[in-house]
Amino acid sequence: MKRFWAWAAIAFGMLYFILPLVGMTEFSLRMRRGVYSFDAYAKVLADPRFQETFSYSVMMAVFTIIFGVLLVVPTAYWVRLKLPRARPYVEFVTLLPLVIPAIVVVFGYIRLYNTSSWLPLTGSTLGTNILLMLGYATLSLPYMYRAVDTGLRTIDVTTLTEAAQSLGAGWATILGRLILPNVLVAVLSGAFVTLAIVMGEFTMAALLNRPAFGPYMQLLGANRAYEPAALAVIAFGITWACMGLIQLVARLAPKPATPVKD
Amino acid sequence: MTLQRPHETPPPGHVPLRQRLPLDWLGLVPFLAFVTLFLLAPTMYIVIGAFRSAGGGFTLDNIIGLNTASIRSAYWVSIKISLASASLGCLVGFLMAAAMTLGGLPKAVRGPLLTFSGVASNFAGVPLAFAFLATLGPIGLVTVFLKSNLGIDLRLLGFNILSFWGLTITYLFFQIPLMILIITPALDGLKREWREAAEILGATGPQYWRMVAFPILFPAILGTMALLFANAFGAVATAIALTGSSLNIVPILLFAQIRGDVLGDPHLGYALAFGMIVVTGIANTIYIVLRARSERWQK
Repeated sequence: MKRFWAWAAIAFGMLYFILPLVGMTEFSLRMRRGVYSFDAYAKVLADPRFQETFSYSVMMAVFTIIFGVLLVVPTAYWVRLKLPRARPYVEFVTLLPLVIPAIVVVFGYIRLYNTSSWLPLTGSTLGTNILLMLGYATLSLPYMYRAVDTGLRTIDVTTLTEAAQSLGAGWATILGRLILPNVLVAVLSGAFVTLAIVMGEFTMAALLNRPAFGPYMQLLGANRAYEPAALAVIAFGITWACMGLIQLVARLAPKPATPVKD
Repeated sequence: MTLQRPHETPPPGHVPLRQRLPLDWLGLVPFLAFVTLFLLAPTMYIVIGAFRSAGGGFTLDNIIGLNTASIRSAYWVSIKISLASASLGCLVGFLMAAAMTLGGLPKAVRGPLLTFSGVASNFAGVPLAFAFLATLGPIGLVTVFLKSNLGIDLRLLGFNILSFWGLTITYLFFQIPLMILIITPALDGLKREWREAAEILGATGPQYWRMVAFPILFPAILGTMALLFANAFGAVATAIALTGSSLNIVPILLFAQIRGDVLGDPHLGYALAFGMIVVTGIANTIYIVLRARSERWQK
């Protein structure tokens, strides 16, 4: 009896989740009247705007990940090594992007870094790109930090550092050749979450007027019927791939460090 | 600063010269600079702006200015959608997580369901809106199926995807998985001994749930609900992609205000954003406090 209700709950839930996925897939195939076809996908993939915005967002994701790793790994390492008492405070700050809505943060950027301010980042294309990258970095900070911090928990930071130092290693060597390889799995899982976030992000890119994938999808959705469904399938595929890669990396790791995401 | 160890805190005015200055905090400078410049300062600028008049002085006029029929209704609709999607997300997510952990289902269900939850909780924003338009929109899969096969016309029943319930149902797609991800550890933490002890004392199944399990889980459930509330309240992209500007909710209003000053007063925009921080801030405080309380049982 109990098992029946358990199956019923799962089935009901899965029905809700599967219907929209089936719906968008079916819709994306309906472009040609009467038969299923991949016309919508062909249209989307051939659209130069799609190629531009997609590669722009991939580039932004790569830079965000590099920046995030360079910022988070040394910080999390240093906090564990030297400032364990500061850990709750640092952790609290890294969770703030979940509290402050992205739209508020980017509103602040626009006012604080406009052309008449002390740091006129929005005055040039490069500056705006950098600002957007930093914005993405704040959005992914909670996930990146938690992933790396969890990874650091599985290794003995103090002993490793002392061993390296007694062999004559400097800080750069310790971080680059000792800590980073040891938390690589955690870093990769943080990186894939960042990739998923950046690829789908809409608010910041739209308000900073950058040609990213999110605003492009929104624009297409406002003007076309079938192509948006094809885009949704592609976007879902990207999210699925990112999460799948996290699982794969975690499984391949010698000492599995499960990505913490809550 | 709180970063100093107590024994290193010298008495004021009397610093022994031989003592090494604590320089460990220097390692945090890049992180603190980044967070200050690109998270805290922009937010503070908005918060301060909400209390500043056009001339630069302190004023409460902006906050009072929020009290118009249209902005009030925007907040009200936003709060209602967030509440509805948070409580429904909690309920369905809890039932699914409970079925998975305690329902005696084969182990093979658990892994895929958790993986799927990880994906679905990240599948928000513009594509999610497209998926629901293709499913429940005017010519969507389910709409057409119900109409042609069962003779049920969703539109005649008053359902419209570009409405309160449409948005709520769409938000559930990332709310339910988030609930499953957060509540599963709490459900795993329910010890078998508690159930056995209750049964030995003569408790029935419902009694065990009402008097043992539920009180233990309650902080976790309520805390997660607060988190889901904040999650829905701050969702911009899904709402804009789904409804354009046809639904008057706070994130859409703020988006339009930042783009083109639709309220005709920049400082009203700050106040609107400040209101959002207050609402999500309260919800997250509830979450943090209740999570700390619920973790007591998981040790």
